[in-house]
Amino acid sequence: MTDDQIKQAIIAIINDINPDEDTSNIDPAVRLREQLDLDSMDFLDIVMELRKRYGVHVPDTDYMELASLDSCVNYLRDKMAGKVLA
Amino acid sequence: MTTDQHQGFNLKSEAKRVLRGSSGGRLQQKSNPVDKAKPEYDVIVIGSGLAGMTGANVMATQGYRVCLLEQHYNYGGLATWFKRPGGHVFDISLHGFPVGMVKSMRRYWSKEIADSIVQLESIKFHNPQFSFETQFTREDYTNKVVNAFKLDRAHVERFYDHLRQMEYYNNDGTTTGEMLERFFPGRNDVHRAFMEPITYANGSTLHEPAITYGIVFSNFMSKGVFTFSGGTDQLIMRMRKIMAANGVDMFSGAQVEKINVEKGRVNGVRVNGRDIKAPVVLSNANIKGTVLKLAGPENFKPDFIEKTRAIRLSGSSCQVYMGIKQGQEIPFITDLLFCSEADHFTSEELCDMHTKSRTFSFYYPKTRPHLPNAGYTIVSSNNAKWEDWAGLDETEYEREKNALIERTVAHLEKFIPDIRGKLDHVEASTPRTFNFYAAHNEGASFGTKFEGLEVSQGLCEQVPGLFHAGSVGIIMSGWLGTVNYGVITANKMAEYLHVAKA
Repeated sequence: MTDDQIKQAIIAIINDINPDEDTSNIDPAVRLREQLDLDSMDFLDIVMELRKRYGVHVPDTDYMELASLDSCVNYLRDKMAGKVLA
Repeated sequence: MTTDQHQGFNLKSEAKRVLRGSSGGRLQQKSNPVDKAKPEYDVIVIGSGLAGMTGANVMATQGYRVCLLEQHYNYGGLATWFKRPGGHVFDISLHGFPVGMVKSMRRYWSKEIADSIVQLESIKFHNPQFSFETQFTREDYTNKVVNAFKLDRAHVERFYDHLRQMEYYNNDGTTTGEMLERFFPGRNDVHRAFMEPITYANGSTLHEPAITYGIVFSNFMSKGVFTFSGGTDQLIMRMRKIMAANGVDMFSGAQVEKINVEKGRVNGVRVNGRDIKAPVVLSNANIKGTVLKLAGPENFKPDFIEKTRAIRLSGSSCQVYMGIKQGQEIPFITDLLFCSEADHFTSEELCDMHTKSRTFSFYYPKTRPHLPNAGYTIVSSNNAKWEDWAGLDETEYEREKNALIERTVAHLEKFIPDIRGKLDHVEASTPRTFNFYAAHNEGASFGTKFEGLEVSQGLCEQVPGLFHAGSVGIIMSGWLGTVNYGVITANKMAEYLHVAKA
C-alpha cells in the first residue's frame, strides 16, 4: 500500500465511524483531534477497524502513533505493506 | 394496593436448575437450556448486562464465534423491565443517559436503535434549598444555577473546564467534596445541585475521588439527558435480534458455576453442569464474584486477591413502582424529579434507610408510542445500603417495605395531590431484590467504587484469556459507561486473540 493509500484507508474509516465529519481538508501534519471532533472511543474504533479490515495490530501503547495522518503513515507503512485498500 | 409479589424468598437458597426470576424463582427448568450450545467458541460471555451484550456483539461483528450466557430467564441485566396485571410495564433503570449514547448505539448496535433515542423534555429539582426546572443542557443548567444561587457565570464555566480536563489516570487524591468546597466554599445548596443527580445516577458520594465526578458530570453536562423511546423491553428485543443476526448463540437460564482455567490460561466455563470450551471468557458478572468465586482465588497472585477483596461496592437502591389505573391520566409534571425534604444535603442522608430524598421517573404514554393502550407509570428510586436491609427478618422486612411505599406515595402527593386514588398497583424493591434477581453481591445496583477499575482491567495479566466488563470504578457505570466499557474490553479481547493466532 502506498503512503497515499494509507491516508485514504484512515479517512475511509473516519468517514464510516463519524459520517457527519468533513474529512475533505485534513492537514496531514496536524493532530486529527485538533481538526475533527474525535474522542477516545473514536480512536478505539479506528484501531478496531484497522484490525478488522487489514489484520493490522495496534497495541494500546502505540495509540499515540495515530495522532495525525502523517504519523499514521509512518507507523503503518511496514504493517500495511502488501495489503490492498479495502 | 398490592405489595411485593416476590416476598418470602429464601436469600440463601441456591437450588439448581430453577428459573431465576420466574415467580419467586421457584419454577423448575424442564430441560437444560445450554444443551444446544456448541462444544467450543472463541469467546464466552457471562452475563447479559449492557456491557456483556455489547462486548458479545462487537466480537461477533469482528468474526468471532460468541456464546452469551445469562442466569436469569430474561436478558439485559439491570437494563430490564417487568410487567404486572393491569397493563403495567415498569422500567428498572431507564431514567436518562448522556448524549454520547446516540453515537455508541449507532456504532456498536444499529442506526435504528440510535434513532429511537429522544431527549427528556424536563428535569425538576425540588428541595428546601431550591427549586428549578431545567433541560440539563450545559447552557440551560448554567443559566439556572447562576440565577438560583447568584453565582458568577465565568466561575461556573471555570468549574466545568476544570472537570472536563480530568482523566482517570490522574487521580491526585482530591475528593469530590473537597473540590466542590474549593470552587463553592460554604455553599451546601450549590453542592447539592451538582452532586445529588450524580449520586442518584451512580451511587457515588462526596468522598469519592474528584476525577470520577469530573468524568461522569462532564458526560452529562452537554446536550441534555436522553432516554430510549419504546421502553427497555423494545431496546433489549432489538439487541437480541441484532446479536442473533450476527451469529451470537444466546442462552438464558444458564448459570455459570465456574470459569475453567487450565495451565494458567482460560479454557472455558462450566455452565448448568456442562463444560464449554473457549480461549477467552468475558465476565459481565460482578468483579469480586468473577475473581473470588467463578475463577477462584487459587489462579491469582495473593496481592491481586487482596486488592479484589478490598473493592468496595458502590451501594444499592430501593425502588417503588407505581402503576396508574387504565383510563386514568396524570398531568405532565416533568420527566425526572429530584426531590428531597431534607433541609441540608449530605451524602449520608441520601443513603440513609429512611432518607427524605428520592427521584421520581415519570413514564407517560410517550415512553411506549408503539402501544395503543400505553399507560402511565411512576418509578421512584432512592439510594440504599445492603447492610440496612440484609439482616431484617421477614416481618421487619415487610414492615420496612410498606413504610418505604408509604413515605414515597406521601412524597408524591405533594406534586400530584390526587395520586393515591389513581394508583392500582404499587410494589417496592430493595437491595435484597437486586441481590435475588441479578445475583449481584450485596444487591449492588451501581457496580464498584473507583478501585474496582484497576482489578477489572488487570484480570488478563493474571489469567490470560480472562476479561471483565461491567459497572466498575464509578466512571464505567451507567448505561453509557457500561456500553463503552464493553467495547473497550472487546478491543482488548480481539487484540489478545489476534496475537495468540499470530
